[in-house]
Order: sequence, then C-alpha cells, then structure tokens
Amino acid sequence: MNFLYVAYGATWAIHIVYLVTLVRRYSRLRREVDELKKSR
Amino acid sequence: MRKAFPILGVLTAILLSYALYLAMLVAPREQTMGDVQRIFYYHVPSAWTAFLLFFINFIGSIQYLVRRNPVSDKVANWTIITLAVLCCIGGVVVAVVPDLKAALPEGTEPSAIGTTGVIIAIAYFVIRKYFNIDAVDALAVTTAEVGVVFCTVVLVTGPLWARPVWGIWWTWDVRLTSTLVLWLIYVSYLILRRFSSSGQTPVMAAALAVFGALDVPLVYFSIWIFRTQHPQPVIGGGGSIDPRMLHVLLMNWLAFLCFAYLVCWSRYRLEIIKREVEEAQALESLLEPRSAPR
Repeated sequence: MNFLYVAYGATWAIHIVYLVTLVRRYSRLRREVDELKKSR
Repeated sequence: MRKAFPILGVLTAILLSYALYLAMLVAPREQTMGDVQRIFYYHVPSAWTAFLLFFINFIGSIQYLVRRNPVSDKVANWTIITLAVLCCIGGVVVAVVPDLKAALPEGTEPSAIGTTGVIIAIAYFVIRKYFNIDAVDALAVTTAEVGVVFCTVVLVTGPLWARPVWGIWWTWDVRLTSTLVLWLIYVSYLILRRFSSSGQTPVMAAALAVFGALDVPLVYFSIWIFRTQHPQPVIGGGGSIDPRMLHVLLMNWLAFLCFAYLVCWSRYRLEIIKREVEEAQALESLLEPRSAPR
C-alpha cells in the first residue's frame, strides 16, 4: 500500500514541480516585457 | 481560450479528483497484486498521454522540416494521403488473407491498420491547417516538454509498481529500456533547444524528434515482439480486464488528457510570448544608438 501512495504522490510531485517552473518562467517573461515597455 | 481557462482548470481539477476517487476506492482490488495494482491507473494513462504528445511532436517536427520548401511540402501532403490509402487497402487485404491476419499481434483487428493511417492523415492536415510554420515549431517544443513530464511519471511509477510485484526495481528488458531511451532522446531534444543558439537549432531538433518518434512504436510493440518482464497489454492485445477497471482506467486517461491539454496550452502561450519578446529585444538592440567612434 505504501508503494501505491508513493507512486501517486510522486506523480503529483512531478506535475507540480513542472507547473511551478512554468509559473516562474511566466513571471520572468512578464518582467522582460515590462522592461521592454519602459525602454520604449 | 484565455477566458475559458479558469473554468476549464476547475473542471479538470474536479475530473482529476473524481478519477483519483475511482482509482483508490471504486476500482475492484486485484486478487494477486492487491492494492499496489492501483498504480496502473496512473502509470498507463501517463504512458498513453506521453505517446500522444510525442506523436503530435513528430507531426509538428515533420511539418517544420517539409514546409520550409513548397515542393517538399507538396510531396509530404501526397505521401500522407498515399499512406492513408495504402493503410486502408492493407487493412482490407489483411482481413481477407487468413495467413496475414494470423501474423497480426494477438487481439489486433485488421481495421486497426486502416484506422491508424487515417488518424495520422487527419492529425497531419488538422495541424497543417491551424498552425503556421513558426507555430508548428512552438507546438513541437511544447508537446516534447509536456511529453517528457508524462514519460518521467511512467519511469517513476513503473519501478514503484515493479518492486513489490517483481521483487526488483528495474530490469533491462526491451519495454523498459526502450522507454528509457525514448525519455533520453526527448530530454536531449529539450537540452538542444535550450542551450543551442544556432539558427539551425529548430531544424536539428526537428530531425532529432523524428528519430525519437521512431522509438515510440518500438516501445509500444516490444511486448508483442519480444519476451519481456513487462506484462502483456490488457487492452487491444488479447488480454482481458474487468469492465469496472476499464472504466476507471479510461476516466483517469480522460482526466490526464484534459490536464495535459491545459498544461500544453499554457506552455504553448509561453513559447509564443517568449519568441515575441526575443524578437522585440533583437529589434531594440538594432535600434539602440551606438556609442560615437573615437
């Protein structure tokens, strides 16, 4: 039963880590867009 | 889509929760393996989703390669149509000739050959219609990245299922090794895209993706062709599955497909904005006044 919980937990951990990286990339890109707007 | 995204996100979360409830509490307990067999409801849908994403990446990569030249584009279009027609004819021939029908993997119907050809052609022309050459490259990057995430889930949940059932975490049999090779090929693809700044990077990456996609049929059919530790398929391979288990499996796959769609949409948008920003930055650097010469 422990293996089952670990497998389900690992699946969601992998997806959440990926979603966090996506959000961080989005915010970095938003900063770059703001800088571009300021420089114009 | 931007306005519908929060609603779709909530619906997907509900669907994923319901699918988890089905997998944990509703699906019947497998007699020999016990509760650990429930890993099946995450392992198999993740594998199918990864295969689907790699298939879209394959179509996108081919289109990126052929659409750069009008002649090769036309040749590719006709090749796809011919392939679909040949698959349909091949399916009919296999259905009529008993020897050929017997040569098919157990549980596979001859109609599957024609259906596969038609699905490939439909996917090719739908992507061709809705994505221009730059968008198709962005689509390929997106599906490769999300596909790698799902393939990672497969490679993590597999050993966690194997340990209590087989007594080992890993074995170098064809199914497991080819899946690992598939993952490595697409990780190489992402590394190439991330760290190479050459103008030829998308072309090289597309060629690598086409090569990588050739591994997908090997992964899928390896359990029919070779003797492997991995069990035979329970769907479309002559095996059988309790209808309640099948229902839970399909619900989980549907939930993961919806989740993958939303993640892909977000990643695709990110890629498009990133390209626009890079373009604007390049333009900005060109327009910047240079320091006066001494």
